Amino acid sequence: MRASHDVRARRAGGANSERRRRQTLIAWLFTAPFVVVFAVFMILPIASSIGFSFTDMTAQDIQSPFNVDFVGFEQYANVLSDPEFQNAAWVTALFVIVGIPVTVALGLGLALALNSGIRRLRPIYRVAFYAPVVTSVVAVSVIWRYILARDGLLNMVLALVGVEGPDWLNSTTWALPSLILMAVWRNTGTLMIIFLAGLQAIPTDVREAAEMDGAGRWRRLRSVTLPLLRPTMLLGSVLISVGYLQFFEEAFVMTQGGPLSSTLSMTYYTFNTFGFGDFAKASAASYIMFVVIAAVSILQFRLLRRST
Amino acid sequence: MTKLLSARALTYVVLTAGLVAWLAPFAWMVLGSFKTQDEIFADPPTWWPQSPTGGNFTRWLTELNFGTFFTNSLVVAVITVLGNLLFCSMVGYALAKMDFAGKRILLGVVLVTIMVPGVVTFVPLFVIVAKMGILDSYAALVLPFLTQPVGVFLMRQFMLDIPDSLLEAARIDGASELRIFTRIVLPLCGPALATLGILTFLGSWNNFLWPLVASQTEEMYTLPVALSLYSTGQYATDYGTLLAGAVLIITPILALFVSLQRYFVQGIATMGLK
Repeated sequence: MRASHDVRARRAGGANSERRRRQTLIAWLFTAPFVVVFAVFMILPIASSIGFSFTDMTAQDIQSPFNVDFVGFEQYANVLSDPEFQNAAWVTALFVIVGIPVTVALGLGLALALNSGIRRLRPIYRVAFYAPVVTSVVAVSVIWRYILARDGLLNMVLALVGVEGPDWLNSTTWALPSLILMAVWRNTGTLMIIFLAGLQAIPTDVREAAEMDGAGRWRRLRSVTLPLLRPTMLLGSVLISVGYLQFFEEAFVMTQGGPLSSTLSMTYYTFNTFGFGDFAKASAASYIMFVVIAAVSILQFRLLRRST
Repeated sequence: MTKLLSARALTYVVLTAGLVAWLAPFAWMVLGSFKTQDEIFADPPTWWPQSPTGGNFTRWLTELNFGTFFTNSLVVAVITVLGNLLFCSMVGYALAKMDFAGKRILLGVVLVTIMVPGVVTFVPLFVIVAKMGILDSYAALVLPFLTQPVGVFLMRQFMLDIPDSLLEAARIDGASELRIFTRIVLPLCGPALATLGILTFLGSWNNFLWPLVASQTEEMYTLPVALSLYSTGQYATDYGTLLAGAVLIITPILALFVSLQRYFVQGIATMGLK
């Protein structure tokens, strides 16, 4: 009895596994182009990045990347003890810590305003506030360098109200805030759209119930809307911080990392180290960045999973 | 009632003021691109171009190789888009609708690598591409971006919603997987393909770090690389030329955005920031 059952199961399993084997072959044929490109240009670089970071590889070793010496964690120690890197980490941290709250606050304000029952110009506002997101950072950096020049638009406007603005990008005090200002301008639209979607997902009956209970506008915002929007806000800020952690192009075009390295970010440091031909050290620096970004991304992934 | 009205009026005022501030950089760019070099450095500065000139644009066409840069940007973007549409949807189909050995591992690897930023891979990528002898070529600019894990994820998520019964019916009728994919699945994926295509185009058009590293001669510069190198090099103070360059990079993508904004906005949640 038992035996015959097993045989039957095996026979059915045999047909199934035959089908599965066929499907496996077809599936891997479908994925083959992706797998090849992905293996050579993604997996291999990720693996060799770790590999390089434990060697003394330089630009001279390109033709024989295996002919290098293993140096253990020396490159990591070099990077972490490099005052230029410590400065870059500080600059990047400031960029994120100041930039994120400002971007989130503005994006939230815009989303709330656009969701507050105004109909007439809503599509126009949405397009206008989102437009900077689609533009090339290099191109907008050129524009902002022109705006922030000593006689630029910003100082012209400030002069109208009697304020004499500084030479924004050539001041160690103002250069980084200027780059943050531009990043806020370029990224607020993303958060506006994400927050708008979040707001529209809040069921209207929840809000109506609060209204029936006599909660005023402000009270409803604080006690109903914002708590319900929290997952969206966390997700949005993490999403933006992954981008902010890698900021580079703005500094490359607007300040070249200056004045006095006051805008030299971690990506810029990695790029410069690479430019000096110090591939191993650059790999170590990029891996340190990766760990930071991965930590932030894992947080993002967890939030995503919780919110869906 | 009056209080509500005035709150709404205030919202409009604030939003409109914000809108003006938000669009001012674009307006300033366009105005500046029509100013002569003398006027840009004029003291006191001018708001409106006093003697509008198209010279900044013709300089790009004559002295600077705008044609080359534009062609490079466009060729790279178009090939990248086509590669992503085809390859990502093929993998997406396998992951969403087939049962095969190694599926979970493949999906896991795809998900994990979505998070890997370009700054981590560009050094070894440079070594690999140099070793292959394709530095400073279209191949170098295109191949690393020909597929992207996030595109695979996007297509898989969309295809999960296609009813299995539809595919089973076709399978029973003896249709091959290739036929099912091209005749049934792809036509149903229009919106996802549009989103993926547009966001890939955007990412490629604006891409900077890798093209900067991988292109060695002017022949292979894309528009952002050319503009960035001019803006930090010999044209550093020639704002008329630089702003005209910015206009030339930004205008095509803004036009695309305004006409196809639905797909742009749809994709943000799925693709995140690039």
